[in-house]
Amino acid sequence: MSTAITSIDIDRGIGDFFYELTPSRDAGVGLTEATIDYITDVKGEPDWIRDFRKNAYRVFNNKPLPTHWAGDELKEIDFDKIRYYLASGEAPKRTWDEVPDQIKKTFERLGIPESERKFLAGVEAQFDSEAVYSNIKKAVSDQGVVFMGSTDGLKERPDLFRKWFGKVIPTGDNKFSALNSAVFSGGSFIYVPPGVKVKHPLQAYFRINAENFGQFERTLIIADEGSEVMYMEGCTAPKFTTATLHSAVVELVALPGAKIQYVTVQNWAPNVFNLVTKRGLAMEGSEIKWIDCNIGSRLTMKYPGVILKGRKARGEVISIALAGDGQHQDTGAKMVHAADETTSNIVSKSISVGKGRATYRGLVHVPKHLKGCKNNTECDALLINSTSRTDTYPAITVRGTGNSTQHEASVSQISAEQIFYMQQRGLSEGQAMSLAVNGFVNDLVRQFPMEYSVELKRLIDLEMEGSVG
Amino acid sequence: MISTSVPSIQETASVDTPLWFVDQQAEARKEFKIIPQPARTDELWRYSSIKNLEIEGYGIAGEFLSDPAKVIGNRKLDRPAGRLIFANDRLVSEEIFRSDLLAKGLIFTSLLHALGQHSTLLQKHFMAQPVELGSSKFAALHKSTVSAGTFLHVPRGLVVDEPFEVFHLVDGDRAAIFPHTLIITDEVSSAILVEHFLSANDEQAAFVCGVNDLVLNPGSQLTYVSVQDWSRSTASVHVNSTVVQRDASALNLALNFGGKYSRLESVSRMIGQGARSDMLALSIAQGDQEFDQRTLQSHLQPNTTSDLLYKNALYDRARTIFSGLIKVQPGAHRTDAYQKVRNLMLSDEAEANSLPGLEILADDVRCTHGATSGQIEAEELFYLKSRGISDETSKALIVRGFLDEVVGRLKHKNLTDFLYSEIESHLRG
Repeated sequence: MSTAITSIDIDRGIGDFFYELTPSRDAGVGLTEATIDYITDVKGEPDWIRDFRKNAYRVFNNKPLPTHWAGDELKEIDFDKIRYYLASGEAPKRTWDEVPDQIKKTFERLGIPESERKFLAGVEAQFDSEAVYSNIKKAVSDQGVVFMGSTDGLKERPDLFRKWFGKVIPTGDNKFSALNSAVFSGGSFIYVPPGVKVKHPLQAYFRINAENFGQFERTLIIADEGSEVMYMEGCTAPKFTTATLHSAVVELVALPGAKIQYVTVQNWAPNVFNLVTKRGLAMEGSEIKWIDCNIGSRLTMKYPGVILKGRKARGEVISIALAGDGQHQDTGAKMVHAADETTSNIVSKSISVGKGRATYRGLVHVPKHLKGCKNNTECDALLINSTSRTDTYPAITVRGTGNSTQHEASVSQISAEQIFYMQQRGLSEGQAMSLAVNGFVNDLVRQFPMEYSVELKRLIDLEMEGSVG
Repeated sequence: MISTSVPSIQETASVDTPLWFVDQQAEARKEFKIIPQPARTDELWRYSSIKNLEIEGYGIAGEFLSDPAKVIGNRKLDRPAGRLIFANDRLVSEEIFRSDLLAKGLIFTSLLHALGQHSTLLQKHFMAQPVELGSSKFAALHKSTVSAGTFLHVPRGLVVDEPFEVFHLVDGDRAAIFPHTLIITDEVSSAILVEHFLSANDEQAAFVCGVNDLVLNPGSQLTYVSVQDWSRSTASVHVNSTVVQRDASALNLALNFGGKYSRLESVSRMIGQGARSDMLALSIAQGDQEFDQRTLQSHLQPNTTSDLLYKNALYDRARTIFSGLIKVQPGAHRTDAYQKVRNLMLSDEAEANSLPGLEILADDVRCTHGATSGQIEAEELFYLKSRGISDETSKALIVRGFLDEVVGRLKHKNLTDFLYSEIESHLRG
């Protein structure tokens, strides 16, 4: 667009509120072995977790920041000024009545009306680092589905938890997975028994609500043979003046024939560093699909991956990123083919507005002697202003014959003709931009669950309307 | 270490070697020592087998014991405008077939000669471009050591249809050579230059560290073709830089056949409106060969175009790396940039790595890139077999068809015929 559109900013007002809270448990600022002991003691965790955390702490200290490929922005994180644990210290709530009023208010502003809840199988609402509210619909638990906080998971179901915990994403995978392994709290644990198809999506909302407080949730989802589950998480956070850190680890395990869909709508406040490791392990004939939408945060680095370990496993990443002024959405996907006839598909669309920067970073790996592996990658970037920036850095390794990969990327802008056409028919420039941008991402947005796609459309409208005219 | 045994240029050059050049070489020698050896964790060296670039044990190439004419064989072009032959970095033959061009002010001579005669022009352009794709250590080595190469200067308005031709030959085990090429095309001129890189002996391991700089002044056109056929135990680094000014148009085509480890860094900078650069390469990778190709298409002004097409045919245990970046600088609006890499896998043990990148800092651009890896489909072989063509022949035909597209981008009939025959002679079947 050659038209001068100066500042387009999303209506942050949606998450821009803050209620005073007095956390009853607080591990203080900075990270030492004592912090880890504190967390383990407060949560009453078994010793193997304490050892796991301490080992991770050492790995974290020894790993350098990945600035040789990532941006220097990471250097701005001051690990000594972050609170690593903060919780109300109470057991997760079972019924809505038990949830404190102050917290309820926040959720109401977030737009989770009670009427909507009956459509949701269970709301695992994470407020600060503990699950504050946890209500699993009877229908789901009757099917034998385990849906609880990860702390409860490791205590109550060690048989299921310990087998897969830290196996998909080892502690030493990267500096931030090590950090998460050292200080994790909160997050969900889900186990779906063989053959069970969970009809309703399981949903969790996360919020950060204390200044300088990083949230390190840990989620583990195991879908046993032939089962199906969809999990959704959405985040918004109040604005703060200094940067906060969100560094989650999400591990998915799809046993033979299982299907997992993991949907994220990320809308952190624009001072949050969102450095997340997400990976799934797909066994024979199973399918893992990441649907990932990044709208908020200052810097997001997130490359959901699938390790295609069993024959005919399928991995998919659908990614939408919206980078406004001062934001850097560094997102992408990883597909590691490790068995014959595995297929993967990556579709990424990004929009850069104002001085925003959207980056696609991808890895596709097809090792030796595999047959019939296929990967398809498409990345499209849309640039709104002349100051906007977009990058694409894929890495594709293919060994041997019998496999095929294709990668395509394009960069474009909204043509002046399109805008002119729509304005001629009575739309304002903002409406026209909004329509064009929605059109750009429409085929991906339709893959989101309904309430999310509505929310996404609304967010894009807000962004574009505030921008022009 | 090469650096200690380097005969500095004053020993071999005429007394006319300008002072600035001597200074630059001394400076480069220091730089070479300071710059660390690249490591694989370096993003620009990702996937590279860097161990091939340890220069310990190589020495400056000595006497050329083979017969240059025999090494070249029938690879000469039909009717070139001129021809230079370097053997172990020493000029052994200098021919001009279009002497009328010299009268019009064209210069086609060796680097050493040019240093004496055209010092000012050289000083302005000699290795004046930054090395952005990782080989700054090798560029410094080249700069400190270079003694052989080509200088082609095409004066304003002169259009030369016949190609100029240069041979660089290497002979001797553990011999190192440093071929250099500098081409300057003045306003609205046009030229073609073809370089051949050959080893005298298939068994000898050589080290080649070459630099070529192409400078296109406004409205000029330049076609640069390199045919690399080093011995299968040679390690090489070639650093290319192309600067394209307003309405000028560059075409760079690399045919890669030889070498054990061959790294080719190619940068095009579009620094004037209407500038265009076509970057083409084809590689036939066999045995344990590794082709390590890094490219940058840098758009610094509005209304510029770049079009990259790299194709690799991989046999045996061969590896290829393609890492390309399209960079559209702020303000370079209405950029058209394309980047396409295609890998044809012909063996179960071959490995193709593709890193096609984009960095776009301007809007109103059209940029696309694509990378694919695939193989010959059974249907294709079946189709040809049903017409009486054996699988072996079919495969050769398909590979040829796959690679010929790259050469097809050239519009110079005599030259394309020569290049097709070069491909033909390296195909299996």
